[in-house]
Amino acid sequence: MTGLRYVYAVCHPFGAALQAQLTGVAGDPPRLLTHHGLVAVVSHVPERDFAEKPLRAHLEDLDWLTRTARAHQGVIDALTAVTTPLPLRLGTVFRDDSGVRVMLEAREADFRRTLDRLAGRVEWGVKVYTETENGPEPSETQRPAEKAASGRDYLRQRRMRAKAHEDLWEKAEEFANRLHAALSARAEDSRLHAPQNSALSGAAGRNVLNAAYLVPRTDCEEFVELVDRTKDDVSGTAPRLRVELTGPWAAYSFAGEEP
Amino acid sequence: MTTASRFPDPYPSNGGANLADILERVLDKGVVIAGDIRINLLDIELLTVKLRLIVASVDKAREMGIDWWETDPALSSKARRSELARENAELRERLAQLEPDGQREPDAQLEPGRARKEAP
Repeated sequence: MTGLRYVYAVCHPFGAALQAQLTGVAGDPPRLLTHHGLVAVVSHVPERDFAEKPLRAHLEDLDWLTRTARAHQGVIDALTAVTTPLPLRLGTVFRDDSGVRVMLEAREADFRRTLDRLAGRVEWGVKVYTETENGPEPSETQRPAEKAASGRDYLRQRRMRAKAHEDLWEKAEEFANRLHAALSARAEDSRLHAPQNSALSGAAGRNVLNAAYLVPRTDCEEFVELVDRTKDDVSGTAPRLRVELTGPWAAYSFAGEEP
Repeated sequence: MTTASRFPDPYPSNGGANLADILERVLDKGVVIAGDIRINLLDIELLTVKLRLIVASVDKAREMGIDWWETDPALSSKARRSELARENAELRERLAQLEPDGQREPDAQLEPGRARKEAP
């Protein structure tokens, strides 16, 4: 009994070695399983954690999920340093090597097509946040610390605050649209993701843009410079907006079949 | 151009990535393959509704009946309008409560502190 097989990614064969210290989701170093000219990156995982029932239970446990997600992403990251991996979704598990081989064979044409489409490309994540909590309200800075003298005054102040919020959202939306258009023009492809909830991301402010861009490695410098310039511009002209860049990621957001 | 086996890496890899960035990619993006161990990630309760919201793509979330960003004033202008309407209604109601028998004038003193605390 050597356990189950957890598959991280499928790649074209590559020459470079993976980092020696690299460990996978259950502490086992990832191995390369080559079949029909494709490479599946695989770890041995124990049945007690990765059989259907325990896996289902583990996925409900945020600590376990966090550890496993980071380990999965760690392997994908290491692969991204040496090749263009096709990342599989977390929790892709087979009984044994032959199950992985059967899968490689069955999906061979899809894998080759997608790997060719993504070869030499990485994904960059760009998010725009707008600060809402904690900063002083614009209407309050104009009329400092004025107590509502009456219900009517109070309602007027509420309206002004709501108006200020509305203006900020409009500005944020407009900025996000402009930025997305500019970055899309420099990228081969883009995806808009649902905005992130700050409860999990821990990021300050509200996420108004959460986008991914597929960029050839040769164009990355230019792309990152453009985002950096935007960051600088924004901190000078619109201090309540914030731009964040993450990456380079494996092309997670573009690994599915083309729409 | 380089012929080195390792790509030149001028960027610290995912230095700025938060947990949500990682989860939304490894749980919701990437290639879906039915392994021998059949787990449908969408069947998993994933702890809290919030987590589910984060990892679900827009379309999937809609399928699951989740559309918080459509009703979140931060993310939708339609929601902002209804938010204002809701707030107006709430304030009118509050005013009405302060004038139980119609004796008070419309600009009767409110309790701004309390009202603010209850506002979103």
